[in-house]
Amino acid sequence: MSDKEMQVQQKMEAPQSGEPTKPERCFIPAVDIYETEEAVTLLAEMPGVAKDGVEINLENDTLTVKGHKAANGGSDERSLLREFETGHYLRRFTIAETIDQEKIAATMSDGVLTLVLPKVEPAKPKKIEVQCG
Amino acid sequence: MAIIRFSEQPVFRNPWADFDRMRREFDTLFQGLGGSSVARPGATVFPPLNVSEDEHHIYVRAEVPGLKPEDLELSVEGDTLTIKGERRTTPGVEKLSYHRREIESGRFSRALTLPTRVKAEKITAVAVNGILTITLPKAEEVKPRRIEVKVGA
Repeated sequence: MSDKEMQVQQKMEAPQSGEPTKPERCFIPAVDIYETEEAVTLLAEMPGVAKDGVEINLENDTLTVKGHKAANGGSDERSLLREFETGHYLRRFTIAETIDQEKIAATMSDGVLTLVLPKVEPAKPKKIEVQCG
Repeated sequence: MAIIRFSEQPVFRNPWADFDRMRREFDTLFQGLGGSSVARPGATVFPPLNVSEDEHHIYVRAEVPGLKPEDLELSVEGDTLTIKGERRTTPGVEKLSYHRREIESGRFSRALTLPTRVKAEKITAVAVNGILTITLPKAEEVKPRRIEVKVGA
């Protein structure tokens, strides 16, 4: 699999809930989500976002991941070639009930955000005896 | 906007020249709206690059999220800059199931012809937050030289 040649993924603009008033752009970060027995792990690609620029909100089972990109490039530079756009990142996810919302942990390294969403301890099956009347 | 360059004036009366000029003006108008120039689509070789220059340097920026500095291999040969590397996204965990897989992994290699000659020995590269910035100092002979205008005697 590692012999595969990588392709460029075009950035998709994130849908905004309302008309934008600032000349800023928001993109949908590419994500990988995988599940193991203990947790669900989410990886989001947000190049240009520092650790302090990440904002994660959890509200009514909706997880919002925002990445604020720091300004890059000097203003007195002349652009010769532009193949990627820069902007902020925004994506929302719905969290299943099996996730322990108190124990979500996030780390950021090299422009990739890793969110570990641990699962709650499985509720023990309860057997209900049917009594004879 | 009011300046018309000599080269833009048609030698003969071209009936489409006005449309052409109008289209160009619309293009510049819409470019200004976005706040910055629009990236050219169609770059298919990873990583996508942004190249800019100032008086003394050429800057090459690439988005390489998830790549450690040791995964990247840069080389300059003449006026060709080559960026090579490999990205592996497989986590070191057995028994997992993917719900979503959007992040690509694999090898990549990209060569870029530099617009001017550079000092190969003074090139620096840093990767911060998934953005690789390569700073290439321009060679002395291609730097703009200021010419003083002397007062004639």
